[in-house]
Amino acid sequence: MAEPVLEVRGLTKHFPVRQGFMARPARVRAVDGIDFAIHAGETLGLIGESGCGKTTTSKLILLQEPPTAGSIAFEGRDIAGFKGPELMDYRRAVQVVFQDPFSSLSPRMRVEDIIAEPLEIHTELSKGAIRARVHDVLELVGLPPDVARLFPHEFSGGQRQRVAIARALATDTRLIVLDEPVSALDVSVRAQIINQLEHLQRTLGVSYLFIGHDLATVAHISDRIAVMYLGKIVEMADSDTLCKQPLHPYTKALFAAALPSHPDDPKQERTIAGEVPSALALPAGCRFHTRCPMAMPVCSEVEPPLQTRDGGQRVACHLY
Amino acid sequence: MDGVSFSLNAGETLGLVGESGSGKTTTCLSIVGLLPRGARIVGGSVVFEGEDLTRKSQRELRRIRGRRIAVILQDPMASLNPLFTIFRQVAEPAFFHQQMRGKTLRQRVKSLLAAVRIPSPEWRMRDYPHQMSGGMRQRIVGAIALAGGPSLVIADEPTTNLDVTIQAQYLDLLKDIQRETGVALIFVTHNLGIVAKMCDRVAVMYGGTIVEQGPVRAIFDDPKHPYTQALLGSIPKLGSRDPLYAIPGQPPNLASLPTGCAFHPRCPQAMERCAIDEPTNVHAGDGSVARCWLLAPAAAPSHG
Repeated sequence: MAEPVLEVRGLTKHFPVRQGFMARPARVRAVDGIDFAIHAGETLGLIGESGCGKTTTSKLILLQEPPTAGSIAFEGRDIAGFKGPELMDYRRAVQVVFQDPFSSLSPRMRVEDIIAEPLEIHTELSKGAIRARVHDVLELVGLPPDVARLFPHEFSGGQRQRVAIARALATDTRLIVLDEPVSALDVSVRAQIINQLEHLQRTLGVSYLFIGHDLATVAHISDRIAVMYLGKIVEMADSDTLCKQPLHPYTKALFAAALPSHPDDPKQERTIAGEVPSALALPAGCRFHTRCPMAMPVCSEVEPPLQTRDGGQRVACHLY
Repeated sequence: MDGVSFSLNAGETLGLVGESGSGKTTTCLSIVGLLPRGARIVGGSVVFEGEDLTRKSQRELRRIRGRRIAVILQDPMASLNPLFTIFRQVAEPAFFHQQMRGKTLRQRVKSLLAAVRIPSPEWRMRDYPHQMSGGMRQRIVGAIALAGGPSLVIADEPTTNLDVTIQAQYLDLLKDIQRETGVALIFVTHNLGIVAKMCDRVAVMYGGTIVEQGPVRAIFDDPKHPYTQALLGSIPKLGSRDPLYAIPGQPPNLASLPTGCAFHPRCPQAMERCAIDEPTNVHAGDGSVARCWLLAPAAAPSHG
């Protein structure tokens, strides 16, 4: 298989926290040794509930936080050693689209300036070339070129999200981190953006890391899905395999909690009880054992490793 | 909003579906008489257990709200007072409406918290809202809603801020409570999955009116209005990667609604008259009602 665009190995991020004066500093293990790879033109879905570490993972990839341990390799080279032009190239190639297009676009800048900003910082293009590029990417995301003179407040949520995607595409982009890009949009507009993202991927070959909490949306857009729970990847598989045959009890619980698409859909058995434990006091052994309906004595003692099964499905659970 | 009509029986759940700005929240606020200043009910009536709420004074309404009609809002932190204990807030409806005091009041609060599955309620009721998780806070709001023993609970996007497994727990809890108490529920949501899971009847709102309503199965099996059809086609379904149906354009602004049918600029099946005449309700055989000219081929042709 060709070299992955991005490969993450043993990626770890711990945040020190002080719970009180004189208290011993504790650590939040937000991301705790995860591995995954994203190939060219592929979408990897990252799914999990709040506090599972999916946003921290995206921050590490975007160089907004330094990792505590582990490595991120971009097109085969470790980014930890990147300096100068190499670092610039990485920042050009890896872009992000956030959940809320109302706060991710500066209200004081015109759309053309918003999209041109990464070009001015990261490229040597002339003013004319930048303007041409702005018009190109606006067209790519389905906006007419004359919107370039407008301010973000003149757009609806869906159009703003298109502007954010256009900005992410403006440079020579090879990977876009999509952090819940449709959660803040109206239902009837979500499908527009999802279709647009899929279309852009087909035509440009760009890779996506799609972060979400809605199983149906993530499964729809992703080729492969990684399920995270409390800083760990508990299961990873092809989107179709995961939907047909989820193995980890947490993945099963997510499917059980997913809402039906029709009132006559088979009733799911009861969903799991309890809430995600605090990341400050992680359960010993398997982190899910406190909520797991299948928990065995071994689960509270030994942490299960992520094992690859036939067909490439990977799962971290003592049942398998 | 304009000419909204629906009815709901005891123990029934109605889903009020629509996008932001479709008028669903305004509809709910009108029911309980909590419209913001400047907004007025200019026509129509809200009949609750045989009485017209639009003719009641604020004083009379206050005795109905919290006791016979309760409201659960989207953000529990905005509904709870951060300075008061859980006990004080859950006790309030029983204190004011049922004049409970002392030990009886404590017992009542304890059983309400137990009913919404708060573990060790006698301890947790001394806590403040910030000491609880999002899911627990929303269950506290549920306990407050149930405190007066209401016959109608209006839940406005109650699970939007919750994680999926917590959302599923909360929805199951509401269903259990409904089975036990026979309370009627109005579920305001933009999520058709919640409607499929929870509701007996659905009303789909667009541009301030109900464009289609009916039994939940009729709406999902055979949606009549093009907006309902498009909405159902635009949602990703588990296990299918077919392209989604994308509704072109944006939801309209209620201050400048299109003429005729509000949906006509985005409608794939729009006809000439859709831009001129406002469609009227047409009853279909399966119990659903839709406002669309496509369903009224025999109706009088447009004048002009």
